[in-house]
Amino acid sequence: MCSLPVPREPLRRVAVAGGKHGNEMSGVYLVRHWLLAPAELQRPSFSAVPVLANPAATTACRRYVDRDLNRTFTSTFLNSRPTPDDPYEVTRARELNQLLGPKASGQAFDFVLDLHTSTANMGTCFIAESSHDVFALHLCRHLQLQYPELSCQVFLYQRSGEESYSLDSVAKNGLALELGPQPQGVLRADIFSRMRALVATVLDFIDLFNQGTAFPTFEMEAYRPVGIMDFPRTEAGNLAGTVHPQLQDQDFQPLQPGDPIFQMFSGEDLLYEGESTVYPLFINEAAYYEKGVAFVQTEKLTFSVPAMPALTPAPSPAS
Amino acid sequence: MTSCHIAEEPIKKVAIFGGTHGNELTGVFLVKHWLKNGAEIQRTGLEVKPFITNPRAVKKCTRYIDCDLNRIFDLENLGKKMSEDLPYEVRRAQEINHLFGPKNSEDSYDIIFDLHNTTSNMGCTLVLEDSRNNFLIQMFHYIKTSLAPLPCYVYLIEHPSLKYATTRSIAKYPVGIEVGPQPQGVLRADILDQMRKMIKHALDFIHHFNEGKEFPSCAIEVYKIMEKVDYPRNENGEIAAIIHPNLQDQDWKPLHPGDPVFLTLDGKTIPLGGDCTVHPVFVNEAAYYEKKEAFAKTTKLTLHADSIRCSLH
Repeated sequence: MCSLPVPREPLRRVAVAGGKHGNEMSGVYLVRHWLLAPAELQRPSFSAVPVLANPAATTACRRYVDRDLNRTFTSTFLNSRPTPDDPYEVTRARELNQLLGPKASGQAFDFVLDLHTSTANMGTCFIAESSHDVFALHLCRHLQLQYPELSCQVFLYQRSGEESYSLDSVAKNGLALELGPQPQGVLRADIFSRMRALVATVLDFIDLFNQGTAFPTFEMEAYRPVGIMDFPRTEAGNLAGTVHPQLQDQDFQPLQPGDPIFQMFSGEDLLYEGESTVYPLFINEAAYYEKGVAFVQTEKLTFSVPAMPALTPAPSPAS
Repeated sequence: MTSCHIAEEPIKKVAIFGGTHGNELTGVFLVKHWLKNGAEIQRTGLEVKPFITNPRAVKKCTRYIDCDLNRIFDLENLGKKMSEDLPYEVRRAQEINHLFGPKNSEDSYDIIFDLHNTTSNMGCTLVLEDSRNNFLIQMFHYIKTSLAPLPCYVYLIEHPSLKYATTRSIAKYPVGIEVGPQPQGVLRADILDQMRKMIKHALDFIHHFNEGKEFPSCAIEVYKIMEKVDYPRNENGEIAAIIHPNLQDQDWKPLHPGDPVFLTLDGKTIPLGGDCTVHPVFVNEAAYYEKKEAFAKTTKLTLHADSIRCSLH
């Protein structure tokens, strides 16, 4: 796995995407607001573009119309020949790939920030590809330092050998913000304000980088997936129980072998039978029931992120 | 002290509805569980039938397919000529009316409990449709007392224009059960436990009543609907302000004129107008954005019930 190259030029083409899932309301309303009032996304060295990623799902206030847009940015979908029967999200993914990519090309946007909310108690979570995603990790570090009261966590989603499938992988660099808990279809003022402030700080960081700031090496703690756990199900595939009250809302807390994880409708507890401590995330996320995921099991890792040297003095910033 | 009490017929037929809204999962899974193993809901001498009211919406994990099932049990919809062109839920309402009604007839079920969730922070809520129903006031008093110290609120939807034609209204005694907060499409163990307890106490009450227990006159605090308040919107009809952080999650708590109600996207606070204290409910319910309801204003009042006793004893 090769490192994502640290940018050697200022980042000029930046997008902020909301409504990738049409019922995750904070991003939807932020993008709608910025489309009318874009000044908030302007910085001295660049202006970010707001993008409503899934307009049809947003109008219907649903996660997706035909298939999950956030799983559709793989080369299989992006490069296959268009047909009239293509699912809505496949067509849309190709449009976004034209707008913000093409993926893995020199013309791709420099950075895409993807806005999400979860019904799980994810708090403030930054989702980057891997521990080699140096630029994104320096950005996460900056956010953590700016918001010490928020207990921001970092989740590295890419599993080895797998192609990345989400929107921010289309651009040269990217990051997703995942805030929770918030029900689908609900717009909470606290989550909305927090997301708005985080976006502003992300753009501030990019501007700092563009203006020639150097960022020193640091130790980062992050979470990486090692597996998933489905709900207990009947033979017919229906739920036979749900997340145990002791696990509910305990995202990022250690789960030890022997701890209760599910409570059956008939009353018994099911215990975690793994061999080592894991850190569960996305516990009881509504959208993951159909994906067979009650929670994602992660391991905690600590690693060094190399310094990001200052850009060599740039020509005058684009107006 | 009073020797005067209302003699009521024994209760014979009870139904428990889940999945009236297909993404309100607690009722869906309780009913599915009881359909396989109904021991928990049996009481001697009582028929208790669990039932999924909107199976297509449940399968898609969506509130409804064509229209909201919980708003169409009025006589006009129930009387429409059956045809494939009718919305799915209207056809379904007629089937349910046939099985558990007909509405306003002697044959209808005695009690229907309709299980719902809300994204609002309403805790355990019982919904009452008629302020003069002694039997249900007594039942609600029993449930509240049994659940204490866990709070249980009573929402009275009796109102000349705001009352709606619920699925449960085909029964002689309709009971709405609403527990939140829970996101749509999520099943929380704590919420499941609360709803399960509410049903248990309700069935215990019916059983005690049928066995001849006298319930002395009582009083309960209820919150009566006054009006619904929409979100401020722009010219395109889009939401221009959201529930203020001070009001978010504060269902049932007193809201005074001048208190913050909405926060605009530009950061301005919009306060409560008028000159009386209200108690807001259904604050930021996901399903009510399209119904243009940010919250409902209620007024707190006390309802009294005469003592009741089953007439067979």
